[in-house]
Amino acid sequence: MTDGMFGTKGSGDTSGYGGLVPQVTMAGSSQRPFGSYFDDVTDDLERAYPEFSDAIERVVVDRGELTLHVKRERLVEVAFTLRDTLKFEMCMGVSGVHYPDQTGRELHAVYPLLSMSRNQRIRLEVSVPDGDAHIPSVVEVWGGNNWHERETFDMFGIVFDGHPGLTRILMPDDWNGHPQRKDYALGGISVEYKGATMPPPSDRRSYT
Amino acid sequence: MTTFDPYAPSRDTTEGKVFSVTGGDWDSLVQEIGATKEERVVVNMGPQHPSTHGVLRLVLELEGETITEVRCGIGYLHTGIEKNIEFRNWTQGTTFVTRMDYLAPLHNETAYCLAVEKLLGITNDVPERATVIRVMMMELNRISSHMVALGTGALELGAMGPMFFAFRDRETVLEIFEMITGLRMNMAYVRPGGVSQDLPAGAYTKIREGVKLMRKNFKDNATLLIGNSIWMKRTQGIGYLDLAGCTTLGITGPVLRATGMPWDLRKVQPYCGYENYNFDVVTADTCDVYGRFLIRMNELEQSLRIVEQCVDKLEKLEGAPVMVADKKIAWPAQLALGGDGLGNSLDHIREIMGTSMESLIHHFKLVTEGFRVPAGQAYVAIESPRGELGASVVSDGGTRPYRVHFREPSFNNLQSVPAMSEGGMVADIVGAVASIDPVMGGVDR
Repeated sequence: MTDGMFGTKGSGDTSGYGGLVPQVTMAGSSQRPFGSYFDDVTDDLERAYPEFSDAIERVVVDRGELTLHVKRERLVEVAFTLRDTLKFEMCMGVSGVHYPDQTGRELHAVYPLLSMSRNQRIRLEVSVPDGDAHIPSVVEVWGGNNWHERETFDMFGIVFDGHPGLTRILMPDDWNGHPQRKDYALGGISVEYKGATMPPPSDRRSYT
Repeated sequence: MTTFDPYAPSRDTTEGKVFSVTGGDWDSLVQEIGATKEERVVVNMGPQHPSTHGVLRLVLELEGETITEVRCGIGYLHTGIEKNIEFRNWTQGTTFVTRMDYLAPLHNETAYCLAVEKLLGITNDVPERATVIRVMMMELNRISSHMVALGTGALELGAMGPMFFAFRDRETVLEIFEMITGLRMNMAYVRPGGVSQDLPAGAYTKIREGVKLMRKNFKDNATLLIGNSIWMKRTQGIGYLDLAGCTTLGITGPVLRATGMPWDLRKVQPYCGYENYNFDVVTADTCDVYGRFLIRMNELEQSLRIVEQCVDKLEKLEGAPVMVADKKIAWPAQLALGGDGLGNSLDHIREIMGTSMESLIHHFKLVTEGFRVPAGQAYVAIESPRGELGASVVSDGGTRPYRVHFREPSFNNLQSVPAMSEGGMVADIVGAVASIDPVMGGVDR
């Protein structure tokens, strides 16, 4: 992501040695019972949507939150089932995350869902390769996702197929690149203060 | 018309004749537009327009005075906060998120810190006193934010008086903020693990007096507006959006509660111990601008009730810690509030510079490098003055956030402007936008 001033990469070591590589792993798949209301939600979805095992790649329960990893070609079907049968009436937008190291699934789209009827929250996650960053739009399911998908397109370059008007929303229309991707530099210039020079944040010593 | 009009020069384009209006003599403009025989006029309102509530641009397609289509243009205040956070440590993140929705800085900070604490797994280790201070500050912040919504909303509809009263009362809250945090806005007061410092001496008295004063003062705006025939005509039945519209568009906050839905995250999904306070969820059933106005008015009193209960609790918790005990997360110094704002802690400087090398190393490591947060993602939603404020925070196990995304209620709710305004009169869009209470700092981030 960034190179520190000492030139070590991918290491948490700050001594300058740079030979220590910490292993970073996100939470893996969870097994039943998931606990809390998560078993109810997955049971209901399995009943309402017979292709559950094919559409849902994995179920992750981490820090008291349920995440369903959905195949992108099944996303809209799952979304309709969740909205109409399981009563997840609201989608709280979509947030992109760029994981350049996860080859073949670099770009993730994360959809937090809210059901006011059930008073429950779950999360959908879709991952796509960088070279083919297309995800079907869920605007026909949850109209409020219109601007959120435009923002994620603007910031990450994920193309939401079927969106009624996928244009940039925060950056100017003629902007090049998608700023929140990890390969997009932060930019900035060094600043002088009382004779010393402070490098821009992206060039400062990195501890991660 | 052949003479050049300095106030409304015109030019021909492929879409038709374009007039650039900068104010002044409107008669010549009306005459010129009348000469074009066009029924349909596209008006660009904003981004620098006094009644668009900040740098919001509205593109209106009009037929006479009726709006046939609205489009919002946003992004004028985009400052790349979410990108910048990825290059600072977790504690510095509060300094960035506080600047998103600048009318509710304490809500942004608390949402972010709750998410970071969830990732750290220390949600239950945050001291009770810190949580009560957070609740108190958030409720005071709700009052100051609603005050701006009411004051500017009324001003935009042509009522000057409520603005003066609202900003007078907001000042009471800002003075309390300044006393406690050293700053009136963008405080970075709530930190992962607690709050940056304890309340200063005399805070309880000041807050109690402030609450008493505000309770008396709030009546001024209520008597000015409620029942005022001009105000009722400008707000009742305007900007209609019912429950179905709200759920489809993901609308939360006062706009949703104005449809009669008692959805307030403080009640239905309590966080920060809101289940231990007595307060009511305010609703209205009119689905219009007036209902949203009434909700904000009545929420002021509910917030005052919560603040009073907080002060009672805090007096019992006097002397308790306001930061987690884990020294790997809590910053070593509890800073002191000096006459000129937030200053150093002299005791702490004496310790690290004079007596303990280890303390100095620990301080240096924690402040420059920061603490590590275990890898994972968390979504925390709180009820901000404008609706559901959600913080999506992702960590890769490092000392910096990997990704922070804020689900801003202003950003989401602004999508409802076309649904509220199309088919209505052009003058009513101003009231509709004001009733959503969008804060462009939050919309554009």
